[in-house]
Amino acid sequence: MGFAWGPGDILVYETLYKASGASGSGCSFIHEIRKDEDIYSPILRKLFNESHHIFVGLQTIREELPSKSKKPQFVSISKNYRSVIRACMEELHFGSFFKFLFYSLVSILLAIELIWNLCEVLFIDAAPAGSLLLHLLDWVRLHKADVDERAREVLQSESPAEHHDYWDVPGGTQTLTEFDVKWRHWHEEVDRCMQDNSFASNRHLEVICKILLGDEDTLLDHKELLGTWYHFLVTRLLFCHPTVKPTELHYYAQSCMTMFLDSRSVSEPLDNILLAAFEFDIHQVIKECSIALNNWWFVAHLTDLLDHCKLLQSHNLHFGSNLREFLLLEYASGLFTHHSLWQLAVDYFDHCPEFGRVYLELQIERVPLETERKALKVLRICEQRQMSEQVRSICKIMAMRALRNNRLGSALSWSIRAKDAAFATLISERFLQDYCAKGTFSDLDLIDNLGPAMLLSDRLTFLGKYREFHKLYGEKRFREAAKLLLSLMTAKIAPQSFWMTLLTDALPLLEQKEVIFTADQTYELMFCLEELTSSLNITASSTDRPMQEEDVEVTKVELLRLALARNLAQAIVKEGTVET
Amino acid sequence: MESINAKYVSQKISKTRWRPVSHSDLQLPEIFATGSWDNEDNRISIWSIGSNLSTGMEDGFEGDPQLLCEHKHDGDVLDLQFLDQDRIVTASSTGAVTIFRHHQNSQTISVSQLWARAHRYPCDNAPCTSVVCSSPEIVTVGEDGRIIVFRADQEGVVRVIENADSSTIHAVTYLRTTEILTVNSIGQLKLWDFRQQSNSPSQILSLSGDRVPLHCVDRHPNQQHIVATGGQDGMLCVWDVRQGNTPFSLMEAHTAEMWEVHFHPTNPDHLFTCSEDGSLLHWETSSHSDMPSFLQGGRNSSMVSRSAMAPAGGNQSLISAWLSGDSSKGRLETTHMLPSQTLSVNSLDVLGPCLVCGTDGEAIFVNRQVPV
Repeated sequence: MGFAWGPGDILVYETLYKASGASGSGCSFIHEIRKDEDIYSPILRKLFNESHHIFVGLQTIREELPSKSKKPQFVSISKNYRSVIRACMEELHFGSFFKFLFYSLVSILLAIELIWNLCEVLFIDAAPAGSLLLHLLDWVRLHKADVDERAREVLQSESPAEHHDYWDVPGGTQTLTEFDVKWRHWHEEVDRCMQDNSFASNRHLEVICKILLGDEDTLLDHKELLGTWYHFLVTRLLFCHPTVKPTELHYYAQSCMTMFLDSRSVSEPLDNILLAAFEFDIHQVIKECSIALNNWWFVAHLTDLLDHCKLLQSHNLHFGSNLREFLLLEYASGLFTHHSLWQLAVDYFDHCPEFGRVYLELQIERVPLETERKALKVLRICEQRQMSEQVRSICKIMAMRALRNNRLGSALSWSIRAKDAAFATLISERFLQDYCAKGTFSDLDLIDNLGPAMLLSDRLTFLGKYREFHKLYGEKRFREAAKLLLSLMTAKIAPQSFWMTLLTDALPLLEQKEVIFTADQTYELMFCLEELTSSLNITASSTDRPMQEEDVEVTKVELLRLALARNLAQAIVKEGTVET
Repeated sequence: MESINAKYVSQKISKTRWRPVSHSDLQLPEIFATGSWDNEDNRISIWSIGSNLSTGMEDGFEGDPQLLCEHKHDGDVLDLQFLDQDRIVTASSTGAVTIFRHHQNSQTISVSQLWARAHRYPCDNAPCTSVVCSSPEIVTVGEDGRIIVFRADQEGVVRVIENADSSTIHAVTYLRTTEILTVNSIGQLKLWDFRQQSNSPSQILSLSGDRVPLHCVDRHPNQQHIVATGGQDGMLCVWDVRQGNTPFSLMEAHTAEMWEVHFHPTNPDHLFTCSEDGSLLHWETSSHSDMPSFLQGGRNSSMVSRSAMAPAGGNQSLISAWLSGDSSKGRLETTHMLPSQTLSVNSLDVLGPCLVCGTDGEAIFVNRQVPV
């Protein structure tokens, strides 16, 4: 098999060679393998679009405000991201019979939301000791809703009063130390009750008591209820160290994980990521996530948010940009390979200060332009960012296509947009060729209404003026027509190749009964004719022209000379006559 | 302005149109159709915002559009119009013109008629850019500069005007039952009279100055000679086609291409425009006279240009209100209708108090309480 890399996909084809045995003819198909399947899922598209909206909003938060006052904003943005993830999950969940297909997707989204939520609690919200545990409880509860229901029922069946007091935790009027003292007191009480064997009669009550004491073995006995090691962790913290400080978390996390997962089960990537989070090692979290997930969406957005919270140390990577920019560029480049989502990627590139523009310049030219409307949108993107090279190249592509389909007006409008004088000249040449071939102008509606666009190129100006001459002639305004015709040659607006045609056009004016050209004008016409013939003579001797053509040319010149001479005579007489 | 919610639909929306409500019913519009673009599989979809429609899925807000049915569409949907209550005509980027039928009982869509290569180049496809219909007649225009007239239920083409334009025709609208108006990419408005057999326009209007491509056109619902156009530079121009060669008023509307302009069908004091820059503007002109608009006659004969002067004579007719539009005079109010930072708003439609629009951010916005 052979293959070739594309921007996001691989093209694979069968070659003539087989792995073993003689070579034979392969099938004539080319297979396109997509690296990133997820972008093409219709439900995930909503994720990309909505998160794009949140991303752009995040970038426009003003920098001058101190970070302290921006924290609630960041937390709310983080919650927005998470609600978008949850909305996608729910939709996948309820998505009828495709559930089994999307099952892995749902579990990935669940994991992503779990990690994001934890990062929000630990890094963005940065809860201090005391409220930290509450947030962790919420976190676990949110993700283990059903398990927690049952556990709580078991735990809270007896002694509601103590629990009521218990939940009246910091946030209220007590300080951390006050609460700590109270809690220790309560803990000792329960311990004493245990030692006294006051609950010896009821086995269940005994178990509950042990749990309340935070006895590890009892908790581990109820592994199935807990489900995961982080649930175990939070439960243990709840009953042993409710005033845990953020910096102490990782001790407990590590030990809980080891205790929960026996030697048989291996830690999954998710576990490593969560552990890294508990250790407050943001870079490790990002690194592990990048490896575990096949789409850059999660790490790119999370890193961007953390960077805005000023939590990432700027840390130049070998490739020169920082971590946030690297991830955003990767994500956006992936988006660009999508036939539709490329428009979102533009905004991401805009917010990568170092390399975003370069990436955009390279990618935007490769967007396929099937319709004019799409080309207009791409052009608008380029113009807004002053990418004049790309503007010119896109306009040229569209103009060439129009020209090939004989849409001269479209071609002209594209070259006007790009201010491409060379192309405008090309189009005018086409018009003039058409005129010489057919004797009339095609597309009069265009030429008659050129307006200021006429000035874009000399040839175009000539075309416009020439058409004006024809109009004047048609309206029988001969004097003005004559003047215009002459000026076209003397002001050198007309290309010399066209002078013969112009002079031939002058013939009917010369042949009129009434004298139209003045003597001076006739002299000038003669001068032009001489100039033309002398240059033609120089070329005629070197080129090999057929006899008839030369004859025609010679006859034309002679006719002209005759007409000019006659006109001159009449003009001199007329000007010399004194009106009485 | 109450908050307007986005419904994300996983396809970039190129056109949205309300299904017409029968006048006898006086009902609010409930159903709208959308067309997508730039997808590998484009679709036309029909949505409902009826509050009596309840689905199994708890979808949050009342009036959130629910998808009723959809159908695959070959090529981008470049224009979409309701032919009548059940049929939709679409213009495709492959040059095809299709009539879809919406079966309300089974909530399905099927292809009723297809003209596969209506617009074409000799050796390539030419996108069909716009379609307008007045049942059973359908008129389409395309990048190939052709104007084609069809009749629903008739196989062949009724009339073709070849080479009507040397540049792309972007939009078309009916002026009268036998006259249409087209706008093209070199900034010209052309009137075509179907009663004449010739293949040339009966009138050509254009702006003096730069030939800015025009993308959309709409006719005033009551006054057949007033049209509004929008172009590449985002300027809104209001023209009187009977008079002169230049627009009566030019207003700076948007910072990028204006994709659609619509007069409100029953309340033409209101105009709506949407643009590539992501904004949707609601223009409201107020007439100073207390006379109801249909009793006001008379034309404002003074030519006004961009800097509007107060028209001579006291009769502030409705026409003069649009034609001498100048926002600084306070007679013209403009409101943004969408939250900022959306991608391009490609299409809008307004009927009664309801407005629907679709964006490149794959979102549909519906506002059911437009102040008209």
